[in-house]
Amino acid sequence: MTVLLWRRIKSGGMTLIMGCFTLAVLVPLALIFIHIIRMGFSSINLDFFLQIPKPPGESGGGMANGMAGSAILIFLSSLLGIPIGIFGAIYLSEYGSGRFSDLIRFSADVLSGIPSIITGMVAYTLLVVPLKGFSALAGAFALALIMVPIVLRTTEEQLKLVPGTLREASLALGVPLWRTTLKVTLRSALTGVMTGILLSIARIAGETAPLLFTALGNQFWSKSLFEPIAAMPLQIFSFAISPYEDWHRLAWAGALVLVTIMFGLSLAARYFGGKKRKS
Amino acid sequence: MNAKVQLDNLNVHFGGNHAVKNVTMDFQENSVTAIIGPSGCGKSTVLRSLNRMHDLTPGSKVTGRIILDGDNIYAKGIDPVAIRRRVGMVFQKPNPFPAMSIHDNVLAGYRLLGRIGRAEADEIVESSLKRVALWDEVKDRLRANAMDLSGGQQQRLCIARTIAVRPEVILMDEPASALDPLSTLKIEELIEELKEKYTIIIVTHNMQQAARVSDVTAFFYLGELIECGETKKIFTNPDRKQTEDYITGRFG
Amino acid sequence: MLQNQADIAETVRASAARRDRMTAKRFSGDPLFRGLTVMFAFSVLAILLLMVAGMCRESLPAFAKFGWRFIGGREWDAVQGNFGALPFVWGSIISSIFALLLATPLSIGTAVFITEIVPYRLGAVIASLVELLAAIPSVIYGLWGVLIMAPWLQRTIEPYLADHLAFLPFFQGAPYGVSMLAAIFILMIMVVPIITSITKEVILAVPQSQREAAVALGATRWEMIRIAVLPYGKSGILGAVILGLGRAIGETMAVTMVIGNTPQISLSLLAPGYTMPSVIANEFAEASSKLHAAALMEIGLILLVVTLIVNILARLLIWSVTRSEKGGAGR
Repeated sequence: MTVLLWRRIKSGGMTLIMGCFTLAVLVPLALIFIHIIRMGFSSINLDFFLQIPKPPGESGGGMANGMAGSAILIFLSSLLGIPIGIFGAIYLSEYGSGRFSDLIRFSADVLSGIPSIITGMVAYTLLVVPLKGFSALAGAFALALIMVPIVLRTTEEQLKLVPGTLREASLALGVPLWRTTLKVTLRSALTGVMTGILLSIARIAGETAPLLFTALGNQFWSKSLFEPIAAMPLQIFSFAISPYEDWHRLAWAGALVLVTIMFGLSLAARYFGGKKRKS
Repeated sequence: MNAKVQLDNLNVHFGGNHAVKNVTMDFQENSVTAIIGPSGCGKSTVLRSLNRMHDLTPGSKVTGRIILDGDNIYAKGIDPVAIRRRVGMVFQKPNPFPAMSIHDNVLAGYRLLGRIGRAEADEIVESSLKRVALWDEVKDRLRANAMDLSGGQQQRLCIARTIAVRPEVILMDEPASALDPLSTLKIEELIEELKEKYTIIIVTHNMQQAARVSDVTAFFYLGELIECGETKKIFTNPDRKQTEDYITGRFG
Repeated sequence: MLQNQADIAETVRASAARRDRMTAKRFSGDPLFRGLTVMFAFSVLAILLLMVAGMCRESLPAFAKFGWRFIGGREWDAVQGNFGALPFVWGSIISSIFALLLATPLSIGTAVFITEIVPYRLGAVIASLVELLAAIPSVIYGLWGVLIMAPWLQRTIEPYLADHLAFLPFFQGAPYGVSMLAAIFILMIMVVPIITSITKEVILAVPQSQREAAVALGATRWEMIRIAVLPYGKSGILGAVILGLGRAIGETMAVTMVIGNTPQISLSLLAPGYTMPSVIANEFAEASSKLHAAALMEIGLILLVVTLIVNILARLLIWSVTRSEKGGAGR
């Protein structure tokens, strides 16, 4: 065999190997989705959306409290996380420069790399201990800690994309800087910022670890924000590790619903992003 | 002197763009042929057909024949890898491999054929670098990174890398246009020496360079070969008016 | 004459007054707004500092009692009040490193495949699918892991390993399903998307001129990748791998659900284990004593420090690559 032929075989062989690797990477993806759909679909019915979990041994029940709880937690954490993210980004993009800004950016990057369970521990220290109990507020705070770096970085990027001429035109007309920033710059970057927000919401919708010792979870409906509250990922977790078949089925159904919601949010985010490019 | 490379009705299409039209010409062995013409006239495209670089460009189509020593390099069954061994290329911007030392850069192509011993490796490095007049400048720092060299030195390194694999034809795509005048001069002197062993085909937008360096000049315009002949004739008494217009700077 | 002068003086005064009115600072909310944004921006830094400070303070009781021996302590006994972090540090290291060893070739191979080998469209589709993998929440990986993958391991791979390779200490013991091996597999699947997408970007940043240089020398496609593409991107790829390591170390839910949650140090991959995030996840909510909680907090601190170091290292590497030579490849 000539050297050339051997080299060609090696090249072809490596291509084959890399193709196999790619397949190996995609197979778990397919399996996970197939299992979620197969195992979860049969348990999706009206009850699932309206009822709370039944005690083990009884079939039926649903994850209504978890879905409501997740919605409440997301709403609350957005109240905190979105303003901090956006206003912080406005500072970085419109006002700041130099060491302080770099420090803020660095902090945001570091925060985004921290394991989410640690944000849970921090929220525990800051909210659970003083309030002497687990609560939805603590859970929302923990989730906000995860949201802030994401919203901050994406908003800053979007603001930077707004052409300087737009700002100058507004300022030249006598509009004060704060108004220019809000009504002109931010408005112009809005679709991109919305995309970032939707993506951050999709991310926290699936977070479990930070809620383990903040929101804690709740078998029933919560009556106040100062109480523990159920959340979908928490329920999926406790159902999955329980020994009960019924609860396993609920977990799969919950996974299906959660993934569908997250997928929907990402699609919405991409839709917004696409719209921006068209305008 | 016989024709080392022959183009027979070469056409190159990029999608709908007919970039090179019906080119038929010869390149003589051990000579320097310059390909000149205004921007977009297809000279780089013609050059890159000679070592089948267009194979890498999706959507490209090359028809016609390019005959190297009697064999059509575009014939079915011909491996472009084997062709590129015989037809080397030097690019406009020097592109040594930044992850390798000077020593390893020279050997990069040669090593593809198989393992070589230390003695053989050193010998090839020395002879290649000497041939491009770089040896004295770098012999004490062969293990230094190739990016430590100046632009002109890097280009000579790339030429050394190309000749280390012992090609028969060397293609040069505006090899000195990114270099300072002194390095350009050195490269031109190098071309003069290299033609003893290799057939050189150089694309250049610098007419004076073409006049200095080449034996034969081919003038291209809008994808067509307008005129090809002895350099002295092309620059003093061209046959075609278009050629004359270009030479005298009336366009391009 | 006096009349004229008075007129002129009046005109000048009126002009000056008008000018002053026009340029006078109306109440603009600018300083207030700026202050608001500064405050919010600063809060990001404040949170980070609070985080570190808070964790240091809360873990003090444990540090006071055990000192540096904590990291090497092998025993974790809530009843006796004796805590040592070693089983969890060990578990985190083993699960993460082995997951990376498996994930790295898969990721690099996939990244090369989608950038250099398949046509652009197909490559983009596969890249999107890989990103889909990255978006799946950890708890869902855990659900699939504990209900599907671990039992499958227990039925197929683990008995095979236990039967044939039991002479090696790595495969001794009975197959439980939930085990270090399961954790390694699930981590591997979770970490591949990160390494793949960054490696893909690194490869795309390799200038086309590098590829052409290799091809012009007569390189086959694999040879071109081997000598021109991968060496050029090696710091970026290394950064991607280290970033993956950071992700693996911090991964909580999926690992907790498949690793078996037993604080032991065992050479066998078939045995259950425990990682730093897992023990926190399992025990923190019901920590039995202040010391217990402090010990868990200290483990959290170790986790935080390790992840910080790894992440900073990774960013430096990736940053240095995207800083230099941005040549832009054909795609």
